[in-house]
Amino acid sequence: MYIYDKYDQTMVDERVAQYRDQTNRFLAGELPADEFQQLRLRNGLYVQRLAPMLRITVPYGMLSSLQIRKLAHITRHYDRGYAHFSTRQNVQLNWPILEEVPDLLAELAEVEMHAIQSSGNCIRNTTSDQYAGVARDEIEDSRPWAELIRQWSTFHPEFNWLPRKFKIAVTGAKEDRAAVQVHDIGVRIIEQDGQLGFQILAGGGLGRTPVLGAVIKDFLDQKHLLTYIEAVLRVYNRYGRRDNKYKARIKILVRAMTPEVFAEHVDTEWQTIKNGPGTLTEAEILRAKSFFSRPDYKQLDEECSALDQQITDNFAFKTWVGRNVKPHQQSGYVIVNLAIKATAVAPGDVSDEQLDTIADLADKYSFGEIRVTHEQNATFADVAKNELFALWKELCESDLASPNLGLLTDIICCPGGDYCSLANAKSIPVAEAIQKEFDDLDYLHDLGDLDINISGCMNACGHHHVGNIGILGVDKKGEEFYQVSIGGSAYSDAALAKILGPSFAQAQIPNVVRKLVTLYLDQRQEGEQFVDTYNRIGIKPFKETVYA
Amino acid sequence: MPAIIKNQAIVESDYQWVDGEIDLSTNNLLLPLTTYIAHQDKLSARKDVGIWLEAGENIEDAEAFVSKLPIVALNFPAFGDGRAYSSANILRRKFGFEGELRAIGDVRRDQLEQMVRCGFDSFQMADGQNLEKSLAGLNSFTYNYQGSIDRPEPLFQNR
Ligand code: SF4
Repeated sequence: MYIYDKYDQTMVDERVAQYRDQTNRFLAGELPADEFQQLRLRNGLYVQRLAPMLRITVPYGMLSSLQIRKLAHITRHYDRGYAHFSTRQNVQLNWPILEEVPDLLAELAEVEMHAIQSSGNCIRNTTSDQYAGVARDEIEDSRPWAELIRQWSTFHPEFNWLPRKFKIAVTGAKEDRAAVQVHDIGVRIIEQDGQLGFQILAGGGLGRTPVLGAVIKDFLDQKHLLTYIEAVLRVYNRYGRRDNKYKARIKILVRAMTPEVFAEHVDTEWQTIKNGPGTLTEAEILRAKSFFSRPDYKQLDEECSALDQQITDNFAFKTWVGRNVKPHQQSGYVIVNLAIKATAVAPGDVSDEQLDTIADLADKYSFGEIRVTHEQNATFADVAKNELFALWKELCESDLASPNLGLLTDIICCPGGDYCSLANAKSIPVAEAIQKEFDDLDYLHDLGDLDINISGCMNACGHHHVGNIGILGVDKKGEEFYQVSIGGSAYSDAALAKILGPSFAQAQIPNVVRKLVTLYLDQRQEGEQFVDTYNRIGIKPFKETVYA
Repeated sequence: MPAIIKNQAIVESDYQWVDGEIDLSTNNLLLPLTTYIAHQDKLSARKDVGIWLEAGENIEDAEAFVSKLPIVALNFPAFGDGRAYSSANILRRKFGFEGELRAIGDVRRDQLEQMVRCGFDSFQMADGQNLEKSLAGLNSFTYNYQGSIDRPEPLFQNR
């Protein structure tokens, strides 16, 4: 994991001091509300429907047990005893008090955490693959690169007042778990003629006008990563639209210029800084990589007969292993996903006690680290097979062992109308109603991988465009309605979902989902997941069954 | 002339920011880019005339003559409009402009340090900004990760 030196720590401490001063000036009436709003947003503080919301940055989703314990403490002391894992690998608090936020940030800084640039029209937290460094299909670990981008983008003086927010994601694996195609910049580590480099995408994004990013650079030498990104940002900062916030994302600029012309602009600018002082040195790349070296794995056989026996003996354990446990690079180890999606709890919400438990279990079973995923779950990346059963038993005691990873009930859901002042409609009760409708685990397992994504408005924080089933809250003459779309995917075969038709009342949604999956079960061929069947038979039969 | 911040101190402005009609024989003018270009033949020998650009104007349009000017000013129509930071970068880095670079318009205390890092060295603050207190906005951070105009080497070069 990345560890701060005096430079990193000083910057974070000085930001806390600066933010404290900004808060004090606001409270003293010296800083107008509209100005303070922009400043506090750049430090993650929204003012929401019920209370402020603080978004804490978790760079590429990695947390140490020390940091998780601090978060547990913070939720107890400054909030109401729970935190929310967001779809951007961040952690959100729903009830902080504006006056106390500087103290809260000072406590976070003690454990090398902050809320810098987690909101506002600036470069946001850089995200990556939750299985980075341990995934079997990996070309290279993406985290050192994400960390280099994080540092470069933190307090970048030129790019703090962009037309709109800006999100960068990095993946180093064959399967794209970082959804790079729906980011403002997507960075793919690729190999060409035995050389590692990057393919760069630009202009992807969800929200009101969903688009998949276009490749603007086929192969970029690794040392040029930061200067190339700088060139992209400069072109965007200069020419991105500022007259209409709905047309201000880079995706609109890339489309208006066409990806080819945009790429030319970037290249022309890049030629003026390429090989300049921002070019990465070998020493810096090695320094970044040194923080993500492999932990001290035990020498274990890939085969573990004790585990095989436990799987045979215990059906619930078997089900959980089948869904939530993934293969690992290191022999004798596995990746374990904790699905934080118990019914009747908002997706992604964790209590302070659960956080403490997660920290303890991480220390005991996974080198003291966890990762927060885009699917709002948590991952233990390095669990020895011969300890898996013991870990599972402990997870069961804390309600952290739901075996529904990737299943229909593992719903991705934004905070929606219960918390968010931008919402058209609530999203959490819809997720709950669906989870209640589908409570038969055998049936769910039979359905297989099925992503449901719910957003409370066009801003698409729940990424509804890339859900196999996407649900969007809309306002119809003051009433909450839901538009349903199907066929999206967030993975390497990324696709945007298509709208089924007229929207539905909240109470109809579980039944609509039921009809969609029933049709899939009737129509599917051997080995087909929901999206495969959709891709084969098209949207029409789904429309017919839903609106029949 | 209004007070401005220049080289970390409060001084009286030595240039008049002109937005509209003006008698061009007046001393010490900061003229709109288009006005300057229209009268370039008469103005190019003057040592007391600079230009200012709107955020949406291309800094490239001044490339041909900018090195002869004593001062360039870039307007911030709103503090949240960040285009002038990139214009400043290009002016300093690409065109090698060494004269005074002034921020004008909606210039507020909490953006000053970013402006300095992008190459600005004088500031005509927005109405209502307290200049004394604004001086504190120039120096909040001891270190920076990325290179910038005032210090082109990124932190990693010396880490
Ligand atoms: S999608 Fe809309 S309602 Fe949901 S969190 Fe984002 S802004 Fe709020």
